[in-house]
Amino acid sequence: MSWLSHRRAFLTRGAQGLGTVALASLLGDRRAVLGAEPLRAPLLSTPPRIERVIWLTMAGGPSQLETFDPKPELARHDGEAMPESLTRGQQLAQLQGQKLVCLGPQFQFRKTGEAGTEISELFPHLATVMDDICLIRSMTTDAINHDPAHMFMNTGSQIAGRPSMGSWITYGLGSEAADLPGYVVMVSTGPGRSPQPIAARQWNSGFLPSRYQGVQLRSTGDPVLYLGSPTGVSRDGQSRDVATINDLNRLHRAQVLDPEIETRIAQYELAFRMQISIPELMDLRGESGSTLEQYGCVPGDGSFASNCLIARRLAERGVRFIQLYHRDWDHHSLLREELPLRAAEVDRGCAALIRDLKQRGLFDSTLIVWTGEFGRTPMMQGNKGPIGRDHHNKAMSMWVAGGGIRGGMVYGATDELGYAAAENVCTVHDLHATMLHLLGVDHSAFSVKFQGLDARLTGVEEARVLTGILS
Amino acid sequence: MRSPAVCCLAVTLLGTSVATSAPPHGRVDFNRDVRPILSDNCYFCHGPDAGHREADLRLDIRDDALAGEAFVPGDAKASKLVARILSTDTDEVMPPPASRKKLTDEQKQILERWVAEGAEYAPHWAYRAPVRPETPAGMNPLDALVRKTLEANGLSPSPEADRRTLLRRLSSDLIGLPPTPEEVASFEADTAPGAYERQVERLLKQPQYGERMALGWLDVVRYADTIGYHSDTPRNVWPYRDWVIRSFNENKPFDRFTIEQIAGDLLPDANQETRVGSAFNRLLLSTEEGGAQPKDYESRMLTDRVRAIGAAWLGQTTGCAQCHDHKFDPITMRDFYSLGAFFADIQEPLVGRREEGMLVLSDEQKTRLAELDTRLQTARKAFTAIEPFLDVAQQQWEADFAAYNGVLAELKEGAKPSDADRKAAEQVLAILKKTDRSPAEQASLRTYFRDKVTPLYPAERQELVAATQERAGYEAALPHCLVSVSTPNKRVVRILPRGNWQDESGEVMQPGLPHYLPQPPKSDGPLTRLDLANWLVSRDNPLTARTVMNRLWKQFFGTGLSKTLDDLGAQGEPPTHPELLDWLACEFMDSGWDMQHMVRLIVTSQTYRQVSTASPELLAVDPANRLLARQSTFRIDAELVRDQALAVSGLLVPTIGGPSAKPYQPPGYWENLNFPRREYVADTGPNQYRRGLYTWWQRSFLHPSLLAFDAPSREECAADRNRSNIPQQALVLLNDPTYVEAARAFAGRILQSSASSDGERITWAWQRTLQRRPTDEERNALLELLEFQRGQYRDNPTAADALLKVGQAENPAGIPAPELAAWTHIARVLLNLHETITRS
Repeated sequence: MSWLSHRRAFLTRGAQGLGTVALASLLGDRRAVLGAEPLRAPLLSTPPRIERVIWLTMAGGPSQLETFDPKPELARHDGEAMPESLTRGQQLAQLQGQKLVCLGPQFQFRKTGEAGTEISELFPHLATVMDDICLIRSMTTDAINHDPAHMFMNTGSQIAGRPSMGSWITYGLGSEAADLPGYVVMVSTGPGRSPQPIAARQWNSGFLPSRYQGVQLRSTGDPVLYLGSPTGVSRDGQSRDVATINDLNRLHRAQVLDPEIETRIAQYELAFRMQISIPELMDLRGESGSTLEQYGCVPGDGSFASNCLIARRLAERGVRFIQLYHRDWDHHSLLREELPLRAAEVDRGCAALIRDLKQRGLFDSTLIVWTGEFGRTPMMQGNKGPIGRDHHNKAMSMWVAGGGIRGGMVYGATDELGYAAAENVCTVHDLHATMLHLLGVDHSAFSVKFQGLDARLTGVEEARVLTGILS
Repeated sequence: MRSPAVCCLAVTLLGTSVATSAPPHGRVDFNRDVRPILSDNCYFCHGPDAGHREADLRLDIRDDALAGEAFVPGDAKASKLVARILSTDTDEVMPPPASRKKLTDEQKQILERWVAEGAEYAPHWAYRAPVRPETPAGMNPLDALVRKTLEANGLSPSPEADRRTLLRRLSSDLIGLPPTPEEVASFEADTAPGAYERQVERLLKQPQYGERMALGWLDVVRYADTIGYHSDTPRNVWPYRDWVIRSFNENKPFDRFTIEQIAGDLLPDANQETRVGSAFNRLLLSTEEGGAQPKDYESRMLTDRVRAIGAAWLGQTTGCAQCHDHKFDPITMRDFYSLGAFFADIQEPLVGRREEGMLVLSDEQKTRLAELDTRLQTARKAFTAIEPFLDVAQQQWEADFAAYNGVLAELKEGAKPSDADRKAAEQVLAILKKTDRSPAEQASLRTYFRDKVTPLYPAERQELVAATQERAGYEAALPHCLVSVSTPNKRVVRILPRGNWQDESGEVMQPGLPHYLPQPPKSDGPLTRLDLANWLVSRDNPLTARTVMNRLWKQFFGTGLSKTLDDLGAQGEPPTHPELLDWLACEFMDSGWDMQHMVRLIVTSQTYRQVSTASPELLAVDPANRLLARQSTFRIDAELVRDQALAVSGLLVPTIGGPSAKPYQPPGYWENLNFPRREYVADTGPNQYRRGLYTWWQRSFLHPSLLAFDAPSREECAADRNRSNIPQQALVLLNDPTYVEAARAFAGRILQSSASSDGERITWAWQRTLQRRPTDEERNALLELLEFQRGQYRDNPTAADALLKVGQAENPAGIPAPELAAWTHIARVLLNLHETITRS
């Protein structure tokens, strides 16, 4: 979609939105039915650059020092004490009370693409698309334990009960997908160790209405909970039951004038359509051999690569916010042994996703974000077995790609030992503000009243759009 | 009685969040009309937070506003405030455009009129002591006060609902279960005066009343079976849930209910019951994450507790004051941390595994434990008596061992001891060879001799082992509950500048109560949790009774009198019926905090008994029913959706209390949990059919059927629930095995009923579900469906067998599978109807 027609679609929906809002207030704000979403997010005068987000969460916190932030100076100080001037008074997790010693990067870095961005040897496929990627080496976060750090990255707050960013965005912009949820989540785990847990609150809608919560698509069992009809109930049998339920609800509506019944009928219709649309979505058998080869996945394997391919299919179907988790990046130990495995699990899928979206003309209307919940220390952790690195919130690397993003650039830098972001330091709130900006939403104006506050995804402190990464 | 008619519309309700707004004639009311505008638009920069005050101007206090020359009372034209809000200059206009705030014309007019009328202030309504308004004699005061507002708005009440609707509503609101058709028939047949009141009394006496009332309270105190953060592992708290149910059933006065929760361990008459109540203080989130820093979680736990007191009792959003003075309400950081300091005495790990908790015993269990103690004491006594002889025998054995070069049994040639036994024997051998033995070595030698060597006194020795094991085994299986235990080694509580737990420069805080609320009489020592609890329910506290009554109102009308149940502060909605809320608060306190008395008052009012249907005109004027010219209609809560299906199908097991239950859950739903990984194992037998409130509450992965119907995860206090209407609800009711099994069981009941034709059976089933007869059209729709599904299963009998295997309940004998399967669809449709899951 060109941005003109995109804009038009927004405006049309805006107009519908007004009607719906008026109607909703008339009917006690219970009226809005899926498919006629009110547009709640305030628009910028600048056009939106993207229509959707694919957010790739590397859960556990990948080490930036072995992936995207080359630190030759750290290698030179390997084994030496980390200067106390850097570490005094800073938060630590498992290195509390331990001696803090520099650990040089464990893998080689190489120049990639025309821009010559240096990344680790662990990402040979990503290396081929780095000119489409903007690398951010100066991200920071507030939290230093997994659970609060995920909450902060997803909701902009460390307190449970706030809406996830996917909920904010589908609440504000609605979704183009008539038969699918607007916010979809998929989780994959590589074989092997014992990954950190992920709570369902990470995709919860918090104080926003429940229909904006992320819906998890699962690779085993029903792809959506309770999606399958009971055993012994045919599609016709299910269809007739749903039709009868709705007929009886219509008869009842005629007696009691309760507008909620209209919504109930629409939701049963949608649920029944989802029973067809979701299995169709998840069925990768129609994908060409070359596509499967590009992603390196086998249909139904539940791998990160498969989820990347499903993400593309969700993007094609108009889903607004697609979030993938890949677990087990928490390398307190076995950094040399385990990190390459995780990198290999995601490398090909990420590169394929970028290529595939480009090939189908979706890349320019999509924002892809690749990030952990925090970074890792330039200090060695040796108290949990073979060497690793501890949690770290002063510096982390991440990357973004897609519509409105300057590919082939590196934004920000850490100090020479990689301890703290030093140049163009950015925060999670900045990242959220930038994402909303690309969607055509002014983050500072996009608020919902909660407990007396104008609650925002970007929090109460000043957040800024990272204009330096925009094309 | 007149039907609800709209005589004249003095107010327009659209576009305002409050049902009543400033009358065009008559004075502007500061609390109702002005404060909400000032708070939302001005206080952020000109309010209580000195740290974020612009132009040194404060508008929340009149003298400060006057000192800042904000306005000239009585002279709007000369007032800067008026000029600034009316300005069209973007550099001048207030609020400034950058704030994203904009006053509507109506709001500007209100402020202008307010200044012209003298710019009078009034203390915030919720911080003033409630005053009981005058009400006419001979009428339920609730009705009198609701009607006053109706009349002021040109509306009249709706007629009383029919008896079936009334009993369905009452049963849902008081016990959370549908009535049986027989109960409805008996109510309909009761023509004597007081028939309705008799139904109220009948329901209040049922033990399910406590279960129903517990739902809201368990949300607001964030009761759950797991710790919340990271590994989200289990903890022992379910006896507290039963304590809540019991408290409502015994109609424990709410002040006592409060005191036991906050300070049940500190009461002079503290006992098992009050200590279990004090589990409230342990319901917060905690972590077992490796690398979690104690100071970090100490701060999280303190703030969690202060937010809980604010949400559950005070209706104050205290959370803001963790990092700065509140922007809208007078809550300062000092208030926040001094409230937190009340809990500094609670003994608990800051990070890591919670303890098992206190043993919680029934009388029967106490008796049994006492018996076991007696047995153990007797065994110990008998054993003590033989010990000298054993010691003599041991000396003899040791001497012989040395003299004759003895060999221990495990180390003999040909012996095949386990590795552990061999190792133990080698250690004993080493000890035997020593002359200078430590007390620990002496002890192991004695144990070895008694366990492995001597044949003397077997009965006494065996009895001691058996008695010890039996007691330990019995105790381990008994319920435990985390409770409050006070330690003299209190944590030091400091104000954390900007909420930063690493900053230890802040002032040390002693327990103290919010400075802007009435203070208790001075006491000698430092204040304790008991003081906090007493203060919360003192007659002088203006907030607690209002907060609790506002929430209670929601249970019976769908919305609070102020719809912001967790915020009675400046940013909250002023109540639609301030006099009514005050009356309820006064009556609640004056009745001795008698909860059942208040419930009875509400449900016997005419306001409660109105029909919930609205004419299009009334719907247009008051769509959200804030003026109460009718009853409200709403979908029942998540737990009750389940309860109803189980009750109608006959599967419900009505046991009260006990460990949490595990209904069917999709396999793999917990796959993202870890430390440790867990397999959800659904209960078998009666525990599978327990009410929804007993469902295992896993905070990070709440049971998906409850989640779909808006049950909160209880990670934070939730004073209110969403009432969403989403496709997942349809998927749950259609496909969750719980509901499929309920439909199957219900079908069995239908076919075993006395009804003999298809049509009669449908009527019977319809009445079980909805307590009314179906219309012809409704019955015909089901008859058609029945024929279709019969055809399906005639053609495919194995499909019928498959459907009838969902769940654990046995199918009734003698009914052909295709027939039972076809009727399962009829039952399923009934359980899915909007009317079924709606209270009207």
